[in-house]
Amino acid sequence: MIRNPKDLQRYTAPERANHWVVGICFILLALSGLAFFHPAFFPLAQLFGGGTWARILHPYVGVIMALSFVRMFFRFRELNRMTPADREWLSRVGEMVDGNDHNMPVQGKYNGGQKLLFWALVVCMALLVISGIVTWRAWLNLPVVVVRFGAVIHAATAAVMIGLIMVHIYAAIWVKGTIRAMWYGTVTRGWAKQHHRAWYRQMTGKS
Amino acid sequence: MTNHWVDIKNADVVLIMGGNAAEAHPCGFKWVVEAKKHNKAKLVVVDPRFTRSAALADYYAPIRTGTDIAFLGGVINYLLANDKIQHEYVKAYTDFSFLVNNEYAFDNGLFVGYNADKRSYDKSTWGYQMGKDGYVMTDPTLQDPRCVFHLMKTHYSRYTPEMVEKICGTPKDQFLKVCETLASTSTPDRTTTIMYALGWTQHSQGSQMIRAGAMVQLLLGNIGIAGGGMNALRGHSNIQGLTDLGLLSNLLPGYMTLPGEKETDYRTYIDKRASKPLRPNQLSYWQNYEKFHVSLMKAWYGDAATKENNWAFDYLPKLDKMHDVLQVFEDMYQGKMNGYVCQGFNPLASFPNKAKLGTALAKLKYLVVIDPLATETSEFWKNFGVYNDVDSTKIQTTVFRLPSGCFAEEDGSLVNSGRWLQWHWKGAEPPSEAKSDIEIIAGLFTTLRGMYKADGGAFPDPILNMTWPYRIPSAPSAEELAKEYSGKALTDLEDPKDKTKLVKKAGEQVDGFAQLRDDGTTSCGCWIFSGCWSQAGNLMARRDNADPFGNGQTLNWAWAWPANRRILYNRAAADPAGKPWNAKRKQVWWNGTAWTGSDIPDFKPDSNPADGMGPFIMNPEGVARFFALDKMVEGPFPEHYEPFETPIDTNPMNTNPKAISNPAARVFKGDMEVFGKSKDFPYAATSYRLTEHFHYWTKHCLINAVLQPEQFVEIGEELAAEKGIKAGDRIKVRSNRGQIIAVAVVTKRLRAMMADGKKIHHVGIPIHWGFKGMTKPGYIANTLTPFVGDANTQTPEFKSFLVNIEKA
Amino acid sequence: MALQSLDIARRSATTTDSPSVRQTTEVAKLIDVTTCIGCKACQAACMEWNDIRDEVGSNSGIYDNPRDLSAESWTVMRYSEVEEAGKLEWLIRKDGCMHCADPGCLKACPAPGAIVQYANGIVDFHEENCIGCGYCITGCPFNVPRISKKDNKAYKCTLCSDRVAVGQEPACIKACPTGALQFGSKQQMKDYAEERIVDLKERGFKDAGLYDPQGVGGTHVMYVLHHADRPQLYNNLPENPSISPMVALWKGVAKPLATLALAGIAFSSLFHYVIKGPNEVSKELEDELEEEDAS
Repeated sequence: MIRNPKDLQRYTAPERANHWVVGICFILLALSGLAFFHPAFFPLAQLFGGGTWARILHPYVGVIMALSFVRMFFRFRELNRMTPADREWLSRVGEMVDGNDHNMPVQGKYNGGQKLLFWALVVCMALLVISGIVTWRAWLNLPVVVVRFGAVIHAATAAVMIGLIMVHIYAAIWVKGTIRAMWYGTVTRGWAKQHHRAWYRQMTGKS
Repeated sequence: MTNHWVDIKNADVVLIMGGNAAEAHPCGFKWVVEAKKHNKAKLVVVDPRFTRSAALADYYAPIRTGTDIAFLGGVINYLLANDKIQHEYVKAYTDFSFLVNNEYAFDNGLFVGYNADKRSYDKSTWGYQMGKDGYVMTDPTLQDPRCVFHLMKTHYSRYTPEMVEKICGTPKDQFLKVCETLASTSTPDRTTTIMYALGWTQHSQGSQMIRAGAMVQLLLGNIGIAGGGMNALRGHSNIQGLTDLGLLSNLLPGYMTLPGEKETDYRTYIDKRASKPLRPNQLSYWQNYEKFHVSLMKAWYGDAATKENNWAFDYLPKLDKMHDVLQVFEDMYQGKMNGYVCQGFNPLASFPNKAKLGTALAKLKYLVVIDPLATETSEFWKNFGVYNDVDSTKIQTTVFRLPSGCFAEEDGSLVNSGRWLQWHWKGAEPPSEAKSDIEIIAGLFTTLRGMYKADGGAFPDPILNMTWPYRIPSAPSAEELAKEYSGKALTDLEDPKDKTKLVKKAGEQVDGFAQLRDDGTTSCGCWIFSGCWSQAGNLMARRDNADPFGNGQTLNWAWAWPANRRILYNRAAADPAGKPWNAKRKQVWWNGTAWTGSDIPDFKPDSNPADGMGPFIMNPEGVARFFALDKMVEGPFPEHYEPFETPIDTNPMNTNPKAISNPAARVFKGDMEVFGKSKDFPYAATSYRLTEHFHYWTKHCLINAVLQPEQFVEIGEELAAEKGIKAGDRIKVRSNRGQIIAVAVVTKRLRAMMADGKKIHHVGIPIHWGFKGMTKPGYIANTLTPFVGDANTQTPEFKSFLVNIEKA
Repeated sequence: MALQSLDIARRSATTTDSPSVRQTTEVAKLIDVTTCIGCKACQAACMEWNDIRDEVGSNSGIYDNPRDLSAESWTVMRYSEVEEAGKLEWLIRKDGCMHCADPGCLKACPAPGAIVQYANGIVDFHEENCIGCGYCITGCPFNVPRISKKDNKAYKCTLCSDRVAVGQEPACIKACPTGALQFGSKQQMKDYAEERIVDLKERGFKDAGLYDPQGVGGTHVMYVLHHADRPQLYNNLPENPSISPMVALWKGVAKPLATLALAGIAFSSLFHYVIKGPNEVSKELEDELEEEDAS
C-alpha cells in the first residue's frame, strides 16, 4: 500500500472493477473469436478447452461483456462529451504521436482521442451485440441471409474493435503512469498536470 | 398380366388407367420409364386425380370416377368409326365374324332377359347361332347384321365423344387426343400396353371395365404381342399366387372351379368344364380339364382318390353361391356365423363400411387372427377413442391371436403380376413365439385331424383321408409343398406314342401339365404351376437374366406359369401364316415344322398355320371374344352404369330408372338403404393408396411412418376455396355410413369437372391409417365406403362413392 | 492414407495444400427429375443405410415429409405443383447436399478438418471435428446442412462416401426404382444427361437441360430439369447459386486483411515505442510539483 496521499483519485474501485470485467471478457472474446476467424488462430481455441467449448462459451462471455459495457457506458458517458478543445486536440494528434505534446491543447479528464475511442467502442459493441445475437444458433435460427449479414458485421466489427483496444492498451503502456489508474485508482499529480491539465486544475484547484 | 413387367419396356404407348403404377407399383413402373427412355414410348394417364403416374405422363386426361366404361366405350367407337383397327388381326383372331343368337338384344340400359326382382339376367339368349355341324355360324364377309362386329359397332355408336364428355367430364379434345394416341398403335408394328389395378377392379362394374380395356386392345391387335397386353398390376406380393392357388370361395387351384350344389354328378361336372371346340380345328385346351382335376385330387387325397369313388368327388364342397368376403360379413352381420379365421388379413380396415364390419365381428363367438402385426381387426373390441368408439363390455367375442412370421421370415415362392414364380429365401427367423403360416395351419390341421380320429364327427373322410406326406407333419417345408403343386408321376408313365419308352418313372417330378393324366397315375396340386419344380430341380430359383433376343423375355429367370411362358396368347404375335407381325419384335413363329421363338409358344407346338387353329386356345372358339356370351353377369358387352353412389343421380346412357347403376350387382338388404344421395353428399369420393405405405401394414414401421405420418384427404383448390378450407386444416368427411377427420391437402391435382351439366368435385381419400401402429392414429378410411361389390367378383366399390366435407 | 477414392483434396480451416499427387475420378450423382415419381425410396434408403430416424411428424397439408432437411433427414423430396401453358405439372425434386466443387460450407468452416472434400468431389462432414458453430449453414448456397439438437454437430448427405469408397453406389441410387437416380463419373453423368435432354426436347420440353451450376464450380449432384431455364420452379432451386458475397467477404478477403491490419497495429505500436520511447511526465513538471510541496 504505497500511496502518496497527494496522488489524485482517478477511478473508484467499482469503476475499476467494471473496467476489468469488460476487459477480461474482451480478451476471452477476442481470443475465442479469432480462433473461429482465421485458421492461424484456431489453436487459441485450446485455451477454452477446444473448439466446441470455445463456441459454447464465446456468446455467453459476450453477454457478460455487453451488460458490463452498458454499465460502463452510463458511468462514463457524460465525461466523454466532445468539446471544441477535443476537436482541436484531435486535429493535432500527429504531434502527440510524434512524442511532442508540449503544445497540445489543455485536456480535461479525457482527451479527444480517449473520447473518440470511447464512442468508437460504443458503436462496435452495439454492432457486435446485435450481430452476435442473430448468429447465435444455439438459441435462434434466423433466415440464412440475415445470419450471413450478421456474421460479416460481427467479424468486421470485432476486427476493428480488437484494433482499437490494441491502440488503447498501447496508449496506456506508452504514457507512463497511466496503468496504475486502473490498478489502484490513482495517478500522480505530475501525470495529471501533464496529460490532463484541466482535470488537474479541477481536482487540485491549482493552476 | 397377359404380359409381364419387363415386357412393358417394349411398348410404344403405355396407357395407365384404373391404376397408378408410379404410386402403387414404383418398382414395376421402372419399365414404363424404360419404354419412355429407350423405346420413345408415350405415356398416357387417365385418372380422376393427377397422380404420381400423371406426373411423368406425356398426356394426362381427367375422368370422373367410375365412368371408365363410358370412356373406353368411346374409344371403341372412335376406333371402329375411324377404322383404326388392325384388320387382319381382328378378322382372324377374334369373334368379329361370329353370328349371335337372334333373340339377343339390348334396350335402354338393359340386355334381354332381365329380372328386376332377382337383380339378375336369364342369359340363355346371350349365345351364338349354331350351325347343323355343331359349330358356331360365322360370316367372314362381316355383312350379316347379327355378327359380333355389327352388334358391337351399334352398341358403341352411342358412345360419342360428346357423350363421353357428358358422362366422364373429360373435355372432348382431351378424350380425342387419348383416342388418337391409342389409335396410333393399330398398325402391326406398334403396340399399346394397358396397365390397370384396383382403379378398375374396385367398382360395381369393375370386371366390365377391364373387359372394355381388353376389347380396345383386341381392336388394336395388341393382345399376345410383346409390349402389348392387358396388364393387371397386383397389389400384395403374392396376391397373384393367391388367385392361382384358388383361395377364392368358388375356385380350385389353377382356375378350376368348385362344383355347384346341383352338380353332384362327377361326369356332368367334368363335361361342363371340358368344353368341346366351337369351331373346326380348334384346340379348346380346357378339354384336358379332367387330367388337371384328377391330378389335383390325387395330390390332395392320394390313394383315397380312386376311379371308383370318382376321385373323391364327394369330398369337394358343393357351392350354393359365392361366399366372398362381403357375403361372409353379411352372414356374420346377420348372426349366422360363430367363428372366423382371419389369416394375413385385416378386414376391419380392408373392407367397406367399418361400422357394419365391427358389428358383425362382435356377433362372433370366436375370432382367430393369424398375423405378424397387431391388426385393427384383432383389437376391434377395444376402445380407441374416436377412432374405434366401441363399448368393450358389450362384446363377447373371444379373440385368439396367433403370431405369424412375415414373408421375409420364410422360404417359398411368390407369384408376381407377370405370373413369375420367384423363389425366395428366408432372411431372418420369425421373432419370439411367431411361427410361419404353414406351421400354424399344419398345426391346426393335424390337431383337428387327431380330434376327428379320436371323436369322429360329421363326415370326417375329407379330413382323415387328406394326404399329408410331409417329413414333419406339423411343419411341412416350402420345398415339399412346391414339389406337390408342381406334380409327379405316381407310377411309371409310358409314352403314349411309343409304349416301349417311359416318359417318367414312378416318383419323378413331371415336366409340365402336358404330362398329367386323368387315370390317377399323376398328381399335381396346381396344374398351371406344373413344371416349376421338375426333375431338373427348382426352376423358380433360377436367376439367369440372359436375354438372347433382347426383348426382355429372360426365360431362365425364375419360372412363369403356364409352362414358363412369358406372354400369354403369343401365337397372336404372328400373322395367320405364322410370320411375326413385326419383324423387329419377334415373339414366336412357325419355322416350317414347329412353333418356336423367343418365348414358349402358347400354342399346339406342331399345328401348321394352314390348319387354321386360333391363337386363343383356352376358348373353345379358338379366338378372342368381344361378345362375352354368358360369362359376365351384367351383359355380353360392357355398358356404362353409374356407381351406386352417383353424383349425377342419373345415367346419361339411358332413361331407365332400373339401369342407373349396375342392374345385376348384388346388394344386401339394408345396404341399399345406406347408399348416400347427391343432395346430401354432393362430392365424388375415391379411396386409394400412397407410395409411402403398403395397405395397413407399414404404418407399423417407423421409416414409413416418418415418410407419411398422418392421415390426410385431398381436395381441389376450387372446392377448398368454396368451403373456406386451407391446406393443413382439419376437415370432416362424411358419407352416409360414417365420418372421418383428417388433414386437408389442397391441391391443383384435383380439378372440378363438368358431368351431365353439373360441376363435380372429387375428394381423394388415401387409406393406410388406423388406430394401431407407429403413425399418428387415424380413422379407418373404410368407415366411409359402401358395402357393394363388382357384380362378377364382388370386389368392393372402394373407388366411387359420395361424401360431404366441412371444416372440422 | 485413406482409401484412394477418398483422398482428401481439401480440408476446412487449413491453409496449406492437402496431398494432391494422386488422381481420382470425379464422381457425380445425377437426379433426373423428369423420371422421378417422388416415391421417397431414396429417403428410406438414406435412413436405413445411415442409421438415422427422424421423428414421426405431422401432415402440414402437403406430401412433403419429413417437412424439411434435418440432422436426421439428409434428403427430402420437394413437391411443387406448377402450371405451364395451362398444363399442370407436378415437379418433384429430391433435395439434399449438392456436393459443390467450390463448397461454401467448407469455406466457412472454422474447425480444421470438420469439412473435407475428397479427391472424387464428395464433400463430407467429419463430425468429430465439428464444433457446432453453424458456419457451414451460413456458407451453404443451397441451405442444406443442419445442426443436430442432440449433439450440436452439423449433418448432411455424405453421398454415402463410405459406400463409394468401396466401389458401391450411394444407398439412394441403389433404392431408386425408376432409375431417376444415377451414379458414376461426372463425365458419364453428363453424357447420360445429354441423352435424357435430347429425349425431353423431342417430347416438347424445349428448355430441358442439366443443372450443374458454375457459380459454385459445378456440383457433384446434378439435376436433369424439364425447365432448366427456370430452376426456381422446382421448389426454389437457386437459379444461379454461388457462395454469398457476404460469405466470400467474411471468409475470403476479410480474413487476411484483418489479420494483417491487426498485426500492423501491433508492430506499429512496438516500433513507435522503440523509436519514440515512453511518454513520461516531464522533469520540469515534477520539479514544479516538488517545489510546491516544499513551499
